[in-house]
Amino acid sequence: MKASVIVFPGSNCDRDVAVSLEAAMGRKPEMVWHGNSTVPASDLIVLPGGFSYGDYLRSGAMAAHSPIMWAVVEKARKGTPVLGICNGFQVLIEAGLLPGALMRNASLKFVCRDVLLRVERNDTAFVQRYEKNQVIRIPVAHHDGNYFADEATLDRLEGENRVAFRYCDKDGVPTANANPNGSQRNIAGIYNETGTVLGLMPHPERLADAALGGTDGAPMFSSLVEVLH
Amino acid sequence: MKARITITLKNGVLDPQGKAIAHALGSLGFDGIGDVRQGKYIEVELDETDKTKAEKQVERMCEQLLANMVIENYAYELESK
Repeated sequence: MKASVIVFPGSNCDRDVAVSLEAAMGRKPEMVWHGNSTVPASDLIVLPGGFSYGDYLRSGAMAAHSPIMWAVVEKARKGTPVLGICNGFQVLIEAGLLPGALMRNASLKFVCRDVLLRVERNDTAFVQRYEKNQVIRIPVAHHDGNYFADEATLDRLEGENRVAFRYCDKDGVPTANANPNGSQRNIAGIYNETGTVLGLMPHPERLADAALGGTDGAPMFSSLVEVLH
Repeated sequence: MKARITITLKNGVLDPQGKAIAHALGSLGFDGIGDVRQGKYIEVELDETDKTKAEKQVERMCEQLLANMVIENYAYELESK
């Protein structure tokens, strides 16, 4: 499997996700600067966390229009799997690859802690190594992770089984208390229509090695390697 | 020509920052504060001198970048130099 990690000015989880990818793939991903206009041949493209362009205007808004994103959008539309983590999720939304918006957290505070997520489905390349409805512990670290979409869009996402993860309690129940940012319907991550583009606010790369205090994020990377080879 | 662009949250979109501002105004002793909504104000200088063309240009700017049409509305005024 070959992977490319897109690096924007202000990305800061690009190296962490590269370490997780390398641990799963046995080879280093390509690090691709945002000013490039092409992505090398890749089985997976990752948009990492961080604060691209200092979150100017809106989180992800400037990065979504950088030269590399034309190429990323084209590849995504042709079926190349794309994973957007945190700021990467914001970029995917601003680029129009995923619906909705990520607004300021309801608490107005930057939230940086472990949260529990329920895996809503396990039939995509990103999540095959999880069980459906499994509860996993993954850290969040964001100020703008409050998922918003109009009711019709939310109903469509649910109807098309496109919610990837929900914030939940230890029993897997998506309660208001378990929701760190006010996201509608406790949504932590969503897929595009074909299940090949995933955006999520939590950081699987931050708990993907026992040395980090947990490994619940690792199956995402091993799933991708298993499916994409 | 100068475009003065105002970007506001759509009705029905919760604005926690606006709520916090309303609360802070109340704490300062301002009575009778109703709903507060926070938005953005952007000025863009344009070389374009034709008003109709400038309007089209500003609308495209707003829809492609300056506003997030999922949650925001925009309004603008053009001012000749």
